[in-house]
Amino acid sequence: MRPRYIDAEKCTACGMCTQYCPRHLVDGYNEGLAITRPIHIDYAQAVPATYYIDPEACLHLKHNTCKICVPTCRQHAIDFDQQATEKELNIGAVIMAPGFGRIADDTLAKYSYGAHPDVLTSLEFERLLCASGPYEGEARCLSDGRHPKKFAFIQCVGSRDLGCDNGYCSSVCCMYAIKEAMVAKEHDPEAEISIYYMDMRTQGKGFDAARTKAEAMGIKFVRAKVAEVMPWGKNLKLTYSTMDGVHSFEAFDMVVLSVGLDAPADAKNLAEIAGFELNSYDFCKTQTFAPLLTTKPGVFVAGAFQGPKDIPESVTQASAAAGLAAGLIKKDRGKGLVSKTYPQELKLAADDEVRIGVFVCHCGINIASVVDVADVERYTDGMDGVVYHAQSLYSCSQDAQEVLKNKIKEHNLNRVVIAACSPRTHEPLFQETLKDAGLNRCLIEMVNIRDHCSWVHATEPAAATDKSKDLVRMGIAKARHIQPLPEQTVQVNNKALVLGGGVAGMTAALTLAEQGYHTTVVEKQDTLGGHLQHLSVTLQGDQVSSVLKDLSDKVKKDKNIEVLTSAELAEVTGFVGNFTSIVKVTKGKKAVENTIDHGVIIVATGGREHRPETVLGNKIKYSDQIVTQRELEALLAGKGKKRAPKSVIMVQCAGSRGDDLKYCSKVCCSHAVKNALKIKEISPESQVVVLYRDMRTYGFAEDAYRQARELGVIFIPYSMDAKPTIKGSGKSLEVSFHDPILREDVTMAPEMVALSVGIVPEGTEELSKLLKIPVNEDKFYLEAHVKLRPVELPVSGVYVCGLAHSPKPVEEIVVQAQAAAAKAAIPLVKGHVSVEPTVSNVDQASCIGCGLCESLCPYQSIRIIKDKDNKRKAETITASCKGCGICASRCPVFSISMGGFTDEQITAQITAFGVTK
Amino acid sequence: MGQAKDKKSGTVMVVGGGVAGVQAALDLTELGYYVYLVEKSAAIGGAMAQLDKTFPTNDCSL
Repeated sequence: MRPRYIDAEKCTACGMCTQYCPRHLVDGYNEGLAITRPIHIDYAQAVPATYYIDPEACLHLKHNTCKICVPTCRQHAIDFDQQATEKELNIGAVIMAPGFGRIADDTLAKYSYGAHPDVLTSLEFERLLCASGPYEGEARCLSDGRHPKKFAFIQCVGSRDLGCDNGYCSSVCCMYAIKEAMVAKEHDPEAEISIYYMDMRTQGKGFDAARTKAEAMGIKFVRAKVAEVMPWGKNLKLTYSTMDGVHSFEAFDMVVLSVGLDAPADAKNLAEIAGFELNSYDFCKTQTFAPLLTTKPGVFVAGAFQGPKDIPESVTQASAAAGLAAGLIKKDRGKGLVSKTYPQELKLAADDEVRIGVFVCHCGINIASVVDVADVERYTDGMDGVVYHAQSLYSCSQDAQEVLKNKIKEHNLNRVVIAACSPRTHEPLFQETLKDAGLNRCLIEMVNIRDHCSWVHATEPAAATDKSKDLVRMGIAKARHIQPLPEQTVQVNNKALVLGGGVAGMTAALTLAEQGYHTTVVEKQDTLGGHLQHLSVTLQGDQVSSVLKDLSDKVKKDKNIEVLTSAELAEVTGFVGNFTSIVKVTKGKKAVENTIDHGVIIVATGGREHRPETVLGNKIKYSDQIVTQRELEALLAGKGKKRAPKSVIMVQCAGSRGDDLKYCSKVCCSHAVKNALKIKEISPESQVVVLYRDMRTYGFAEDAYRQARELGVIFIPYSMDAKPTIKGSGKSLEVSFHDPILREDVTMAPEMVALSVGIVPEGTEELSKLLKIPVNEDKFYLEAHVKLRPVELPVSGVYVCGLAHSPKPVEEIVVQAQAAAAKAAIPLVKGHVSVEPTVSNVDQASCIGCGLCESLCPYQSIRIIKDKDNKRKAETITASCKGCGICASRCPVFSISMGGFTDEQITAQITAFGVTK
Repeated sequence: MGQAKDKKSGTVMVVGGGVAGVQAALDLTELGYYVYLVEKSAAIGGAMAQLDKTFPTNDCSL
């Protein structure tokens, strides 16, 4: 452990030392676009919130001089005597998550990176756009500080490029370029932005929609190879060639290089220390059906080191790896745990004096650049109940939590109002701080002056400030009435129910069984295996049938797993930890109903091939000549030498991406490449033409795409303005398309047409009603949070994985299933769930038992019971209540109140709106 | 150099404190294990902490 030279216990992150430090240091956090000092903190919200000294830049550590910082620190936290220490740890498992590395500068040099200051990497541009970045979020040219008007993004820099030994696709750059372009356009709607790309790889869930939105915002997408970027007067000259061979150039103010994700710089070192192998690109070597196992037992991998990937997939892999590690050392579970203790909670009596502390946040400049924060703070002075008020630069930073805690104690605060951002993201943090300070965590009221004021009224600072005052006044009025609410826990039945017996369901069940939990798998078909049964090999060459057989044998043999085939979920009642399901099992003509009690549900109901009747405007009659890729794969997997067609035209996005289905199915491009390679293997002289919109062989699948081109598979792009036509059948089959390289229309008579059709979810609409879980517009389940809670559904205790979530290749399904199982195991391990205190409450004395609330609750969390006098009364199921308030707002006799949102509190808030101070 | 020996059982080491490492560490503690989260730099967060906003919710990355 390297020394920080600062005692973390003493440092309050006040920043005084940085102000006095005489030496400049290039700010790595801001990608070198700003200056910091050798003694610094990377950013205000950094965890741990402790400053540190860069020993390579510090005058004292380097030259034994200076030491100016030492006396400036009032906490005496600076300690130059700290030494590097070594620690020997006894560990049961390792998860490798070192992330990704940087593309070397010489790869960027041909775009004048390093030679011209207005050529930036995408990460530098990200910092430039950020409010805490070098220009406080303003896009400015680094050359002369002017506002750039014309931006170019260059895709595939350091990716899909054998010139720098990175043959793979980095998978994330297309999407982040679109995001950055959209943010830049929001900053300056006049900005002209062009994205130069080879294939737009927006294959993730909802990503194509973002691309369409970007186009609608006026962002230009240019399919071209960029040859070079050269300084040109004040501007940059970008030379590019389009597919038709035409060279053009254009001037830009700023050029952003969409740099790829390299293997981490110390990959080889890590591999050597831990004893696992790397792949040819120095990423961690793994297998299709065991994507998170390194070659060393007990060492797991997660995140970009496993292969370039985006945030949701990294998060999914992390949960999955955690679950696998947990399964491996389950006998030691709980032995190493230490639990956090809180001070005794302050008891509040009804007649205690209300003592409110108000904290108004700058959020850097996010709020303060629009709202006059000081004015808002002053405004609260003398308000009824307000005994303390203050401002903070970032209320959410760790040092601000310390301040909050201290002020609560110092001024005996018993209510806290935080005027900052959204409670959706930050309330839990402040609640934790309240607990640490000995207050009930519900004694907080957040006022959102960022979203509701500085963001939406960014151009009207005075009005935004007035509105902030109104909202703060209302928040304080409510705070006077808020009361502590009890913490509740609910016992959990430690069994799981998995819906679907495909690769996702089976993997989830095995992962749970590995951790020691009993799981029932419910499969609609009479065999396990699902969609995967239709495939024969993977792109990586795994034989699917043998893998599938092993998997289902393991599931069947496992004592912790009960398999119900020809079975369907008929009914579910209950809530997280306490579900009861009725599963209908059909045996011949008889149907038996099984009742199963369980604590969690994993939804792995899968998907199936979409067979559109019309493809790109052509009526399709499926036959031996017009097949889907799946059917072609089955044909190629058969025996006999003549099974490969002599000539085949593959049509990508058949019925996808706005043709019939709106979305991209993610797997079809790789599927086409896989089949094309197989055809070339069986019969090298066969002609294979692939008509595509964007080849989306992301990640390491790019190698297969390159190999296919090398073997003579012809890839020709088409656009939705010039769709291919498919005519005739049998021997008169004809496909016409526009060839942009030849610049003419071509008609071919292939032996076969293979349609790359998409994937649709199986039965999500019915199940969504049973489980009350939402689906998106494409009928896939909608996760709780796309980035940070990718396998959880909005209903507590219900998780999702596999094709029911979105189309994806099998290695991603395996990971997602493992992640869903890991998340589902959490309540099972704990044996209880903690319930949010903000839940509805029925006053049964006044309840008339009308049942309106039960019929309206979207989470099945309120029900009608019979009381001891046999009268109908409503009762809240607190374990699954989300606190949405629908029941309370609809109750005709006002018998339901919401914790934290009582009528009294809301009335006070509304009344305060009309009463200016 | 100081040598502190720590022989706790039921522990997992997570190498890397980016979003993947942090998520793995959080899940492991929830699953009942003690975690050593090893990060090379002075703060956890990794590359995600440098991002301004994330698609599609436009949430601040921090």
